[in-house]
Amino acid sequence: MDLRQLLELLTVLIPLPPFLAFALIVLFFNRWKRLSHSIAIGAMALSFLMAQFVFWTVVGWGGEALYEHPIAVSIPWLPSADVALEMGVFVDPLTAVTLFFVSITCLAIFIYSVGYMHGDPRYSRFFAYISLFATGMLGLTVSDNLLMLFIFWEIMGLCSYLLIGFWFEKPSAYRAAIKAFLTTRIGDVIMLIGIAYLYTQTGTLSFDAILRNEEVLHELAITPSVIPTLSVAAAVGLLIFAGTVGKSAQFPLHVWLPDAMEGPTPVSAMIHAATMVSAGVYLVVRMFPLLSVGLEHAAGTPPMVAMAVIGTFSAVFAATIAIAQNDIKRVLAYSTISQLAYMVAALGIGAYVAAAFHLVTHAFFKALLFLGSGSVIIGAHHEQDMMKMGGLAKRMPVTFWTFLIGGLALSGFPIITAGFWSKDEILAHAWAHNPTVFWALAAGALLTAFYTMRQICLTFLGEPRSHHAEHAHETPWVMTGPLVVLALFALFFGFVGIPEDFPVLGEVGKGLFHGNWFHHFVGATIGKAPKAPPFDPVPVSLSVGAALLGLLVGWLVYGRRPLAEGQTDPLVRWLGPVHTILRNKYYIDEFYHLVFVRPTIWLAKVAYEWIDLGLIDGILHGLARLSEVWGIVSRWVHRYIIDGGMVDGSAKLVGAIGREFRQALQTGQVQHYLISVLFFLCTFALLYLLYLGVTP
Amino acid sequence: MMIPLSWYLILAAALFCIGTYGVLARRNAIAILMGVELMLNAVILNLLAFWRYGEPTTAVGQAFAAFVYAVAAAEVAVGLALIFVIYRSRRTTDIDQINLLKW
Amino acid sequence: MTITLSHVLFFLLGLMVLGGAVAVVTVRNLFHAALWLMLVFFGMAGLYVLLEAPFFAAAQLFIYMGAIGILIIFAVMLTRAFMRQPMPRANEQWWLAALLATVLLGVLTFLILQNIRPNIMAEAVPENTIHVLGVTLVDPEGYALPFEVASVLLVIALIGAVTIVRER
Repeated sequence: MDLRQLLELLTVLIPLPPFLAFALIVLFFNRWKRLSHSIAIGAMALSFLMAQFVFWTVVGWGGEALYEHPIAVSIPWLPSADVALEMGVFVDPLTAVTLFFVSITCLAIFIYSVGYMHGDPRYSRFFAYISLFATGMLGLTVSDNLLMLFIFWEIMGLCSYLLIGFWFEKPSAYRAAIKAFLTTRIGDVIMLIGIAYLYTQTGTLSFDAILRNEEVLHELAITPSVIPTLSVAAAVGLLIFAGTVGKSAQFPLHVWLPDAMEGPTPVSAMIHAATMVSAGVYLVVRMFPLLSVGLEHAAGTPPMVAMAVIGTFSAVFAATIAIAQNDIKRVLAYSTISQLAYMVAALGIGAYVAAAFHLVTHAFFKALLFLGSGSVIIGAHHEQDMMKMGGLAKRMPVTFWTFLIGGLALSGFPIITAGFWSKDEILAHAWAHNPTVFWALAAGALLTAFYTMRQICLTFLGEPRSHHAEHAHETPWVMTGPLVVLALFALFFGFVGIPEDFPVLGEVGKGLFHGNWFHHFVGATIGKAPKAPPFDPVPVSLSVGAALLGLLVGWLVYGRRPLAEGQTDPLVRWLGPVHTILRNKYYIDEFYHLVFVRPTIWLAKVAYEWIDLGLIDGILHGLARLSEVWGIVSRWVHRYIIDGGMVDGSAKLVGAIGREFRQALQTGQVQHYLISVLFFLCTFALLYLLYLGVTP
Repeated sequence: MMIPLSWYLILAAALFCIGTYGVLARRNAIAILMGVELMLNAVILNLLAFWRYGEPTTAVGQAFAAFVYAVAAAEVAVGLALIFVIYRSRRTTDIDQINLLKW
Repeated sequence: MTITLSHVLFFLLGLMVLGGAVAVVTVRNLFHAALWLMLVFFGMAGLYVLLEAPFFAAAQLFIYMGAIGILIIFAVMLTRAFMRQPMPRANEQWWLAALLATVLLGVLTFLILQNIRPNIMAEAVPENTIHVLGVTLVDPEGYALPFEVASVLLVIALIGAVTIVRER
């Protein structure tokens, strides 16, 4: 077996160990907590080793070589008439890098969970769920076609639902779970339509056959779609981007992510910061050749314009909300939305390498921040309100220093943090391509630095503002260990992507990594690494200025004179009603409730009360009374005869429709459900025939 | 002169629809299971007809028919076991009284 | 168009299958329904012979009439105490079910007649079909994996059925 075959085999095997761990824990070892976590961590470690082996080997090959000969193996899966849907793995530079950071963050979070979930009654189940989740994420990363990607995408959606609602005794937790599931579902359904549309146009869903084939892309770009003025490529791109909007919590489907913080903190770190929400961005980075096809003829393709607009807006929008939140995890949730929006916006202006770079660094520092906040929550006896913390730096030194590193990386503190390099690359591209995006993102960077400083000061500095904070203690090593590891990555990972013409450090980068390693390696995903914009001191100084200014203002407001117990946030005084709006997240939740949730409930109620109770039961009860008068046949005979055709057609029709409604409201009888299925099948079949008749 | 393929297909479709009716309209769980058997038989007939008229030199259609047999056997075993258990605990196989699929 | 023996046989077998099937879903006595079902299975075996698939004709007799049919008759007899109570044979949605089944049949027939060429001529069936089938089922390039999965499925069904009905 030569090296390539070994790599193919390993890539296929990467998602398997966590899945086996899931099965073993659920089926056999649910009762033994230590055994469960050992199996889960052992399986994840195995995946980690395989993923790292694959990554380091292909790094040795270099990006161009990997682009020419990607690791790809597939088997026919669903043979149908003339084409077979295939199932397989595909590793190109983007996949390799994603495997690298996903396996590291997942392993760190698995180990951390041992400490965080200690003593939970459903401890084993937690490890089963996160193992299944890891299967989904690793599987999604190595998938070689959109259908498989979608399947793993949905597995992650399921795990997200199960884990947000993990403490389902809390009403807020299960509501958040349902909200997350339904909100992302909107994006997913639109995305599935996009996938199906792409399949009808190309007859394949394989990345290799679509994204790496100039002819197919060109064909898609010039074929007009069913929507006027849009090409097929643009229509498919927009539909698939909708999946990202849902999964990566971009405006207007962002509402689920902050509520998802009801889940255990490791879940927030893994699913809602480092991996699953990144999967949305990963998807658009992966589909970038399709999204950007036709770019040479216009300033931006429709999907890219949509990404630029939604990304830029979400980045600023979420950052403004984050400055007015007091829950330590919610601040991080909004900052996640904002940072993901940076990546989306970067793709919108064509900087897909910068987006991928920020994806990786963000995964490290955001996982670090979430795990740090979890450590704070455990240390401070399950207190999540930052207003009731303070002074934790002395009591939890490891957590403080690692959190500080994560926070500085998030703010883009110059040179020494990874976040600086990736954010700077996005901003440099924005400066070169689209000044509007640049200024908006720079404003976002200012806000980010400010709320990060606010969070650090409120949590760690000053004097304790509550009993819990006063008696806080450092957490055990299983929790601080992963923090330290992630902190190292949050500091040093950025050095693999130093722009070559950056003053002084560019030379260092050339010496260490042969120039901008990340740019060359990941840039090779689409064959030719795109040209990086030349070094320009203006955007760099502006972004450094924004970060430092934000940190300084944050320090002046919250750090110099720490809040005392019971004192209100000075922002409330300064911003007045604006602060109220921000604290209430622009009332988006209330708006959605009014426009979408209430009418749905109302409709269901009308269907039930009016049609079911009023109409159907009215008819039935009336006839039943009649049957009592007659006293000959029992009630069911009556119903049987009535439904059997004694009443005339119209009444029967009304009865049938009402019957459908009642069945929709759960009779518990499978036959009723089945007949609805058949009813709609027949209806659609007849419509289809009608359509055939109209267009022969 | 061979029998046209469409005859087999229509026969299978008719058998399938009769089976569907049985599944949807019978009250007894065992009778419903019989309806399912009719539907499965229709599927096997379809597969074999397509095999005969499509690619008789390969055995792909036959292989699929064989898998349907395996599934049918498994289905009957588990289905009847479930019916027995329900019968034992509720003294009925009347499907109208089995409505535990409610919340 | 000439009427051959196979046409006559097809009609007889088709009548037997469809008539039996209608009886299965309509007769009141479940035991009788089970017997009608056996007739349907037998007719199907005849159709497989017409399709030149003798292996499946035999399998139909063994598996369906021999195993599944007997199992169903056992089930009917074991729940006999309940069967004696008077009860309607169909539920109250039977007319809708009948209507929808008819519509479905109409749609399917229409599509079949539209899309299948009537005079399609099939190749001759090779002598060694059973050999080819056997090879296909165990060939790693063919259906070895589904074949193994099917065997696992049967074992699981066996164990599952025993576990479910075991008295606790």
